[in-house]
Amino acid sequence: MLEIKNLRVTVDGREILKGLDLSVSKGEVHAIMGPNGSGKSTLAHVLAGKEQYEVTGGSVTFEGVDLLALAPDERAAKGIFLAFQYPLEIPGVTTMNFLRTALNAQRKKRHEQELTAPEFIKRIREAAGKLGIDQEMLRRPVNVGFSGGEKKRNEILQMALLEPKLAVLDETDSGLDIDALKVVADGVNRLRSPERASIVITHYQRLLDHIVPDIVHVLSKGRIVRTGGKELALELEAKGYAGYQDEAA
Amino acid sequence: MNAEVLPIKTAAETALVEAFASEKARLPGGREVAARREAAFRRFEASGLPHRRMEEWKYTDLRTLMRDAKPLAGPPDQTRPAPPAIADALPGIDAHRVAIVNGAYAPAWSDLAGADPGVALIDLFAWIADNLTAYQELIAQENDIATALNTAFVTGGVVLRVKKDACIGKPIHLAYALTGDTPAAMFPRTIVVVEPGAQVTLIETFDGPAGLDYQVNAALALAVGDGAKVERIKIGRDGTAALHISTVMTTIGAKANYRELTFTTGGAVTRNQLFLRCAGDASNVWIGGANLIKDRQHVDSTLVIDHAARGCESREMFKSVLDGESRAVFQGKIIVRPGAQKTDGKMMTRALLLSDKAEADNKPELEIFADDVQCGHGATAGQLDENLLFYLKARGIPAKEAEALLIQAFVGEAIDGIGHVGLRETLNGRVAAWLEARG
Repeated sequence: MLEIKNLRVTVDGREILKGLDLSVSKGEVHAIMGPNGSGKSTLAHVLAGKEQYEVTGGSVTFEGVDLLALAPDERAAKGIFLAFQYPLEIPGVTTMNFLRTALNAQRKKRHEQELTAPEFIKRIREAAGKLGIDQEMLRRPVNVGFSGGEKKRNEILQMALLEPKLAVLDETDSGLDIDALKVVADGVNRLRSPERASIVITHYQRLLDHIVPDIVHVLSKGRIVRTGGKELALELEAKGYAGYQDEAA
Repeated sequence: MNAEVLPIKTAAETALVEAFASEKARLPGGREVAARREAAFRRFEASGLPHRRMEEWKYTDLRTLMRDAKPLAGPPDQTRPAPPAIADALPGIDAHRVAIVNGAYAPAWSDLAGADPGVALIDLFAWIADNLTAYQELIAQENDIATALNTAFVTGGVVLRVKKDACIGKPIHLAYALTGDTPAAMFPRTIVVVEPGAQVTLIETFDGPAGLDYQVNAALALAVGDGAKVERIKIGRDGTAALHISTVMTTIGAKANYRELTFTTGGAVTRNQLFLRCAGDASNVWIGGANLIKDRQHVDSTLVIDHAARGCESREMFKSVLDGESRAVFQGKIIVRPGAQKTDGKMMTRALLLSDKAEADNKPELEIFADDVQCGHGATAGQLDENLLFYLKARGIPAKEAEALLIQAFVGEAIDGIGHVGLRETLNGRVAAWLEARG
């Protein structure tokens, strides 16, 4: 589904990703772990198409298409979703309006029928209900005045509604209490299917108690330095990243 | 103020002197009115057109921006159907229309049929004939040069009275337009008196031919009585080459509630000035502005909010969206007079620059002479937030649509301040149309 080969990325003149390889197949959940500054967030943003990140080498193909040639909105329509580590506030735009605009823009690009207002409302109510999100929150401007947990929950709502083929979660667990963590995990697990895949980026192992990954990678100094099964996450939790920082240095 | 006599007259100043000399005998009103015109014109002559060395006109130098003076617009032919600038000024809004065309009341194109008995309308000069003292008292309060020019040249208008405790269901739409195909000037003046306890929504629209370099100098005196509730929306959609100066002088009575929004997309040069005085205790005032401009358009919003009574609350919320080489000016002053304790005044102005060549000048001022008050102001100017745009795009919204969504939300904050739902929709529609035209 996703093939990343020898990816090199520069941000503000500094090389952050230094030849990263990653292959994700349908139905898989990959966890990417690593110390701060290893390039985890950069990878997430590059996949979503952040313009300020300069790709200097390598390739990224998604379902056979050169992902790097597509604009961010085109990538979203192809089924890529990035759950932001720090979801932004959008004053004056309600969650309802935001998500309807987004969903219909994606559908239009995929040559699917746009949803009518009642169809959309039915869907978003269902999705919000499953995540325990208050209807009132949908009528408020996106993330404005939301707590950290509410913002993350809103990201998961967006993901549930947009039904991406590949969800990339960028440290979605950071700053969450255990209840919010479970909501996030449930949201991701609900999307698990033989047709979809997820990349869960995290610094800590605890989210992986709830979203059990198929494959765990360790990212250090811009490269994947080790790949293993779910037990690798436990090992990292016990030993920390010290060894990897030394190894890559 | 350093309003020194300027030895060299500009072409516009010379033309105004000539126009006044040749037109004054023909202007409406009796001898007493003529004397007021003369006095007002002398005030103009003493200082000349407002210019950048006058603090209030620092960013809108009329000596440069006003190239010449146009002849007074002639009366329109009211035997013909109302022109689109009047008939289609406000589609979809059910309102009583009062047409003021080429600077004078046009009864044939107005529609007050079935209007509430609580509303009384009369032609400006018919009113002045019977209320000369009241008129003199009104103009005696003016100390602004643009207003003096209106007083000198005033060609017509209406006096609207909303009677005590009347609650007017339909908005009253004052539709101003300049018609014809030759450059001309109009100087309408409107007086609105909302008596105590009355409620009314006033809409003012200004329209004129695109590309024609006509001039508007409009004045509105609005008295909001004790306990009255008034909403006023002004929509400036003048032609692309027009010069528009509008002066609003408002007095707010005790416990009154007043909201206004000035929405401007038209005109080459626009100056909207508001002098508002909270004259009675415990009133509530909200002043909003939304400007969407492009090319070389210039819009100046200048306001003075004068708290002269206790316990009044005032809020100002101005939003400007600037494309091309346009320029938005905001000058807002809150004055708190001695004794106006418990005043609560807050002013916010924000500009969104869509182009590197656009310019926003924000000048908020506070003059506080009481010690138990809460006052504040804020001003920002910036571009669309790249990170926010990326967030929207990452959800599948194309770049252009994402920008439009953020711009609409930005302006929406000012538009949402008005209560009339239909007008909010109309104005949001005009924002969308403006964005559409931007491409």
